[in-house]
Amino acid sequence: MDQILSNISLLLEFPIVNLKIVIDGIMIGALFALSAYGLALVWGVMNVKNLAQGDFVIAGGYIAWWLAKNGVHPLLGVPAAFIVMWGIGWGIYRLVICRVIERDLFTSLLATFGLAIIIAQILNLIFGSDTQSIALDYPTLYFADGFIDVPIAKLLGVLMATVLAAGVITFMKVGRMGQAIRATAQDARAARVLGINTDKVYSFTFSLNAAICGAAGAIVVMVWVIQPFYGITHSIRSFVIVTAAGLGNLPGVIAAGLGIGALEQYGAHIFGIGYQQAVAVLLLLLVLLIRVQQQKRVRKSLQ
Amino acid sequence: MKRLAFYAFLIFFTLAAPFLLPDYKTQLATLWLMIIVAIAWDMTGGQMGYNSLGNIFFYGTGMYVAALIAIAIPFDVGEYTNAFSDKIYKFTDTEYFLGAFVGILGAGVFCAISALVIGYITFGLRGPYFAIGTLGVAIAAGELVSNWEWAGGGQGISLPVFPYDLELGKIMFYYMFAGTGVVLFLFARWLYKTRFGAAINAIRDDEEKAEAMGIHTLRYKLTAWSMSAFFVGVAGGISAFQLIHFEPLETAYQTINLGIFMVVCVLLGGKGTLWGPVIGAILFHLFKEVTWNYLLGWQWVALGVLIVVTVVYFKDGITGWLKLVRPEWFGIRVEAKSQRSPAS
Repeated sequence: MDQILSNISLLLEFPIVNLKIVIDGIMIGALFALSAYGLALVWGVMNVKNLAQGDFVIAGGYIAWWLAKNGVHPLLGVPAAFIVMWGIGWGIYRLVICRVIERDLFTSLLATFGLAIIIAQILNLIFGSDTQSIALDYPTLYFADGFIDVPIAKLLGVLMATVLAAGVITFMKVGRMGQAIRATAQDARAARVLGINTDKVYSFTFSLNAAICGAAGAIVVMVWVIQPFYGITHSIRSFVIVTAAGLGNLPGVIAAGLGIGALEQYGAHIFGIGYQQAVAVLLLLLVLLIRVQQQKRVRKSLQ
Repeated sequence: MKRLAFYAFLIFFTLAAPFLLPDYKTQLATLWLMIIVAIAWDMTGGQMGYNSLGNIFFYGTGMYVAALIAIAIPFDVGEYTNAFSDKIYKFTDTEYFLGAFVGILGAGVFCAISALVIGYITFGLRGPYFAIGTLGVAIAAGELVSNWEWAGGGQGISLPVFPYDLELGKIMFYYMFAGTGVVLFLFARWLYKTRFGAAINAIRDDEEKAEAMGIHTLRYKLTAWSMSAFFVGVAGGISAFQLIHFEPLETAYQTINLGIFMVVCVLLGGKGTLWGPVIGAILFHLFKEVTWNYLLGWQWVALGVLIVVTVVYFKDGITGWLKLVRPEWFGIRVEAKSQRSPAS
């Protein structure tokens, strides 16, 4: 308790520390927003709630880590993870997801939970359960008398996340397939009547989601650490962000992603690093509670 | 008559199992644990349509409450949980059995009350949000407890071993689990036939219409969940004494182990049926133990595959399949020959 109070008083005494925490949080939050965008995409288009989202992120991270260990430049790991995870996502869609689209939501939730267990365990068997990261030998920038340190590697990560997000969003707005995806999300039956092959759209969407997650994971391994069993926390973060922002609300997803990143850093600073996972989960409960209260006002339930 | 013989055989096997299979006493006790949590999950998941992924919360909480009560009767908890080997805490026989009895009952009662509190908050959520919300409760509880130094922190709690012959202890724990399981089964069997059972089935089928018919849905949902939580809490309390030592993340709040297994058991056996959870738990436990023994390292992958296959390809479970093949076992009358041959 004293520890917590002294941590809070430190924040009040040195306002510059707040700035550092917020910057750190935003740099991590950009990656959360990326995987949350993928979740919102799959959720909105196919009505599948993917609990294996975080495990896609971790799998992408391990692909980049393995390539970097074998001498490939770490920045090339991002497109490589994108491509490999695209293929894995397609395989998973064909084997499992295409059979749960029409079914009730709990089925898809459990099926993807099973997938999450499989992916995490396979990664554990191949790569072991140690935490891994790629150290990039770029310098670190210092601001405000060294209070704020911004490693260039992290800046690069945020930059790549932005480029990727901008690319995907442009594709969704302009590309022919992107238009088909949006049409399917609006009304799958009408889209089918108008000659859109919805099965193809679904498989494309799910593969794209896996690829986005993979690329995000390849960035995560450069700016943070990965471990086979960290996936579930990433999934929960994605759910927090999407639940807070709502489906199809792109600015909301970005804002919520950055906000969650910052809040989590605050939680880790105030309560200690041991509470980081707990803070992520408690944020989920908080967001759900707020949403329930909002829905109660219009006499509806969150479903 | 046949039915009576069947039940008599089951009762005989339940009572005699630890003597017929003396090497598998702990295994059989674990099997009963799976049956208990599966039936308890089905009470809300199958019969009421509220698929919780966080029922493991009550298992872990039951463990902790039972252990803390048993310790608090003779000793100071903070000192006990943080003691090193220099000080030895010895439980007398009375302290052990009194602690176990009060602790296990207290665990059930505490879990039932906490289900009311959590349910009051989370029953505003429906479908997948309820599943994720309850999963969040279970994960958060595990993380918070593992940072709670007074209750042992990440190391968990050690309880005293059974004071007499250890084999006798194994038999006792088997009968405790089996007794709880039989009581829960009979309770569920009675409950599903009452007005209460009809009401929670109505909530599953259409909650808005049930509410319009005058069923106070929140009250029914809370009651059903707290009954289910009571039994899971009792099972957790017994587990605490059976396992002797437990720690928060891997044993007590084991979200991805038992927390998901109980759901898979029910799905495998058949959701919303009386026998489904029992059959599913038995088959799942057999599958788990076989893979554990023969697939070194890959057993978890095999379990994940089993989950996916069950959910995706086998959605009605074994009971659903049996109902299709042998409807007369379930009291469904089928017209023997609906098409008369033209000759007659």
